Formats: sequence, C-alpha cells, structure tokens
Amino acid sequence: MSVQSKPRVRVPATAKKDELIEIKTLISHEMESGQRKDSAGKPIPRKIINKFTAAFDGKVFFEADWHPAISVNPYQSFFYKAQKSGSFAFKWKDDDGTEYAAESKLAVS
Amino acid sequence: MPSPTQQSGEGLSRRHALCAAGAGALAMLMPRVVLADEAAVAEALKKLYGGKAMAEGRIKLDVPPIAENGLVVPIGVEVDSPMTEADHVKAVHVFADGNPLPGVVTYRFTPDCGKASATTRMRLAQSQNIVCVAEMSNGALFTAKAPVKVTIGGCGG
Repeated sequence: MSVQSKPRVRVPATAKKDELIEIKTLISHEMESGQRKDSAGKPIPRKIINKFTAAFDGKVFFEADWHPAISVNPYQSFFYKAQKSGSFAFKWKDDDGTEYAAESKLAVS
Repeated sequence: MPSPTQQSGEGLSRRHALCAAGAGALAMLMPRVVLADEAAVAEALKKLYGGKAMAEGRIKLDVPPIAENGLVVPIGVEVDSPMTEADHVKAVHVFADGNPLPGVVTYRFTPDCGKASATTRMRLAQSQNIVCVAEMSNGALFTAKAPVKVTIGGCGG
C-alpha cells in the first residue's frame, strides 16, 4: 500500500443541549474495488474500507457499511444530537483488518 | 446491406447502416445489462427483507440528475422521522442498479443521531437508477428511486 490512510474529521467542539450537529469525515484511501485489472490483465484484489462507525462516550450511534461503489478517499457526513459533554470516537475498518481511528471532544452547555 | 446505386448516396447509406448497426447493438446490449442489475437489486432486497411490501415517500434522495464524473458522485439521503426511541429510522440501504455490484452503502441510525441524514460519494459505471430503502423501528419499509445520467466521452472522458 502506497497511501498512508489519514482520517480527517470536522466536528464542532461546543454545542447547546439538543442541538443537531453535523459531523463531516474524510479519510485518504485508495478504495480498490476489486473490479479492475492490471496491465497484465490480472484482477487487482479488492481493498476497501468496509465499515465506518461513530461512537459517543463508547456508545455507537452511527454506522456505515461501505461497498466497493464508494469513491476513493471516502467522505461521510451525518448528524448527532448533542446531549452532554463527552468525546467522539470514529473508526474506519479496512479489508485487511487495519483500523484507523480519530477522536474529538464535545462540550455541551 | 443494400448496395448503393448512386455515387452520391453511398456515403449516406453507409452512415445509415452504421448508425442502425450501432443502435441495434446498443438496443441489444442495454436492456440486458440493466435488467440483470435491476434483478440483482431486487435479489439483494429480497435477501434483506424477504419481499415485504414497501411504500413510497419519506425519503429525500439527493443525487445530481447529471454527473459529469462517474468516479465521484455525491449522494445524500434524508429520511423523515422524529428519531425518538419509539419511532426512528433503523437502517437505510442504497443500491445502484447499473453498477457491476449493486450495493453502495448501508447506514445504521440510532435516536442519538437526531436526524436520519447522511451524505457520501460513490462511483457509477454508467447512467442508472439509484434505489434507496429505509427500514423504520416498527418494521415499515419505504423506498425511493432517482435516475442519474453519467456523462461519458467529452474531454478526457
């Protein structure tokens, strides 16, 4: 693998109680679909991130199962209803078993 | 192919024949490809929900009607729901019926999301329909469909 997968997350650091916040995530990854062939005509094996999860204080609140149709450098945005201060944990799971992670703190007033 | 009788008609008739052959080949090819994958989507849904009835509505599928680059097509899904413990969206499945593999993404929402809405980017091999199915906490199913035209050719196409 030539690309180092680096997650980037945009999430507000503060929110009011019951405020809907939008979380935007992006991770660099080649998302090899398994459908392509190399110059010798051999199929290139599939290697994608197949699962993304978002948790708050250890409780998963959003999951996405990505199929090979998801674009290179997958982007995902979703919402969270702010209840209390705590921390987000985001995880990306690669076909090869590698996990990429990112964290973010949220202060609720 | 009819042999041209006039010198001036030769180019025209050859062009016509080529057009007809091209259209014929397309007509033969297209429905077969689309049908196969529509069936694949139907099969995937049957595996998930066993042919349960689905209603139209409640889903807002946000895809561009024309995508210039099939490698990066934004797709937003929003399902109308109060997102409470008693009544929320559990799962949303997105399929593309003209791709080599029909599955695009499956979302699992919880009441903590506050809003059943998510956006990502997908690859589309050709012009096709995007099919979306939402499963509610009470088991009800809703579906929506939107066509996307993928521009092929042009500069660097």
